[in-house]
Amino acid sequence: MAAMCSALRVCRGILKEIRSAKGSGYRHSPVYQYVLQQFRKNQVTGAQLCRAQMESLHAAVSYRCLLASTRLHQRLHLQYHARGEHTPQQAAALVGLRMPNQPGGKGWET
Amino acid sequence: MLRNICRYHTKFGQAIIWPFSFSYVKHVPSLSTQLQKAKYSSATAERKKFYETVSITQGEGGLFEINLDKRKLKTPSGKLFTVPNEALAIAVANEWDVQKDTLKFYTMHLTTLCNTALDNPTQRTKEQMISAALKFLETDTICYRVEEPPGLVELQTNEWDPVMNWIEQRYNVVIGSSSNIMGPQIPEETKETFHQHLNSFNFWSLTGLEFVINQLKSLVLSFALIDRHLNVEEAVLLSRLEEEYQIRSWGNVEWVHDYDMYELRARTAAGALFVHLSSEKTSVKKKILQD
Repeated sequence: MAAMCSALRVCRGILKEIRSAKGSGYRHSPVYQYVLQQFRKNQVTGAQLCRAQMESLHAAVSYRCLLASTRLHQRLHLQYHARGEHTPQQAAALVGLRMPNQPGGKGWET
Repeated sequence: MLRNICRYHTKFGQAIIWPFSFSYVKHVPSLSTQLQKAKYSSATAERKKFYETVSITQGEGGLFEINLDKRKLKTPSGKLFTVPNEALAIAVANEWDVQKDTLKFYTMHLTTLCNTALDNPTQRTKEQMISAALKFLETDTICYRVEEPPGLVELQTNEWDPVMNWIEQRYNVVIGSSSNIMGPQIPEETKETFHQHLNSFNFWSLTGLEFVINQLKSLVLSFALIDRHLNVEEAVLLSRLEEEYQIRSWGNVEWVHDYDMYELRARTAAGALFVHLSSEKTSVKKKILQD
């Protein structure tokens, strides 16, 4: 039972990732249909015993991890690393600091 | 007809240029590496998305191919991109399908792995790959222990020892750990056992396994992951144990620690999935009903 519950959770997790990556119309993508079909096929029921259930569950967990980590990594990449070098002001703001503000200029401008 | 084909070729030749780099190219500097570098530029390069739909077809020999609109996907060296099973084909197709305006090749780990296996850019043999994998055993992350601070020592003992015990029992070998800079003395029998085990992998899964070992910096953790003793999150956590310990005392920096962790997780998950998918064969046999 515990395995079943977690399989359901993994399945939902994967479908959620597909939805957030694809947007609307995600239900028609082949990967959505394939994942659902695999989970249905490997279900343990009274009539059917699946020896490879743990193996496919492990693969499903890996796939969920792949999709989620890729999304989160890409988000951080776009936020921090994709825009080239930061200006001193932006770099300071990242760690919660501000560049000093000198009213009379810094002295080296002409 | 001929003109059409020519046009198709020019279109195609320009359409798919491959800005991939392979992470383990770095480890084996050779002439061929230099040549490859010319062709495979930075992995962070992006291209405009040039297709609308992605589909899969089953071609000759039961191999699966990826189609971007009407064009067939090819590898960086120009071979036809084919994968041995449907699950892998669907996962790769999904990677292409979810790209938005630009193609972000650094997020397409499974495609990269398939390309590496198909092209074999550094021209390596199976034997070379096995010895490269075994070399990691001598400097395996979880064999090297610290003597201070006490908190980290305790953490390493509690977290790494169970995995070590598991692998020693599973393969009936002796590995051991050491706090010496020279590392533990690995017996020849242990290497022989792992050599035999690695030999049972096919070329594709060996490619994936080597990728995982390179990510986790540990043969032991990689075997634990591939043998389904650990899942990806656990394996990555164990591989980054010291970093996690430092984060606990000094704080987490999102754009370094989390960034690295998610990248490591994605790469490790892709590698593990690649090994599992390329070493399994699924076939469906139907009974023919007779009247």
